[in-house]
Amino acid sequence: MNAPKSPSMRTPLARVRALGSSHSGTSDFWRQRLTAVAMTLLIVPVIVVVLMLLGSNQAGAKQIFSSVPIAIIMLLFILASAWHMKIGMQVVIEDYVHNEKIKLASVMANNFFCIAVALASIYAILKMSSGV
Amino acid sequence: MVEFALPKNSKITGGKAWPKPAGATETREFRVYRWNPDDGKNPSVDTYHIDTSECGPMVLDGLIWIKNHIDPTLTFRRSCREGVCGSCAMNIDGQNTLACTKSMHDVKDGAVKVNPLPHQPVVKDLVPDLTNFYAQYASIEPWLKTTTPTPQKEWKQSHEDREKLDGLYECILCACCSTSCPSYWWNSDRFLGPAALLQATRWVSDSRDEATGERLDNLEDPFRLYRCHTIMNCAKACPKGLNPSEAIAELKLKMVERQI
Repeated sequence: MNAPKSPSMRTPLARVRALGSSHSGTSDFWRQRLTAVAMTLLIVPVIVVVLMLLGSNQAGAKQIFSSVPIAIIMLLFILASAWHMKIGMQVVIEDYVHNEKIKLASVMANNFFCIAVALASIYAILKMSSGV
Repeated sequence: MVEFALPKNSKITGGKAWPKPAGATETREFRVYRWNPDDGKNPSVDTYHIDTSECGPMVLDGLIWIKNHIDPTLTFRRSCREGVCGSCAMNIDGQNTLACTKSMHDVKDGAVKVNPLPHQPVVKDLVPDLTNFYAQYASIEPWLKTTTPTPQKEWKQSHEDREKLDGLYECILCACCSTSCPSYWWNSDRFLGPAALLQATRWVSDSRDEATGERLDNLEDPFRLYRCHTIMNCAKACPKGLNPSEAIAELKLKMVERQI
């Protein structure tokens, strides 16, 4: 049988101060806005590229991606959106998941997922643009 | 996960309907949250009718009338009755505000519904336990911090620098803003909340203070500061018309400014 959990005898101020400030968070705050602005600028050219891709076969797509500016626009968009996605999801996890172990596992899984999505997309773009 | 539902012993059950005052021609219905820590029962919502011809116009006047004429066990905090002390902060008609400055005529439809400030432990009836809220205020060290020896007379400040404190110093720490913030509901153990952060901005913005950098160091944390997602419930709730969201945005800007 579990012993009843005794109430904390720490003072309210000690509980608020807890482990102290982590002196971080500003980088993520800044990068979230940086990637948001980048995506706002890139979204129109990306939509144009997607419209160009509509109805074309693989050879046609390779033809379109062989253009350096198009490949760079798509790479930048993937980088910005994957980074934005990673930060945004981490914020949601930190907001709602309170169990420390589940939180750590979720943040880790989020990082893995975003890196995997970004790398797969970048690999696909590079493959198409190199004509392989 | 965060708890979206109330714990079992906090679920509202039933409530007593008190009889209308005898001989009253004009009445107003009040539905008031009741909870007594001593009787072991769940909270309830009691229904009262006040005689508006005998009572002042504010919700606090109604509560005092109930306490004096119907039910002396009704418990709530009040002091200045003019929006200066912040004691009578409660949730009225779904909005956190001060009972003393909220007119019952502004509650349009039906009964005046009165509940304690949301998501705080309740001491009794409409009295929330604000221990954590006050400790968070203490944690931002709300006093002038200097290294330079104290001058013979006052610390000087230009008119322009003094103006930077407008919209910040007026806070009465009633807790309406913090307890209206979902981020504060889910993470009040780590997020300082709009009231403490507005006060932090007040001291960071004070031209006489010599600990600005240390204050920012103390705040720079994903939970202490960056749980604010600027949904602005705080600004909507503030009975003094202040804008804690804007103050927090100022803090975030200063954080970026000192890095870039």
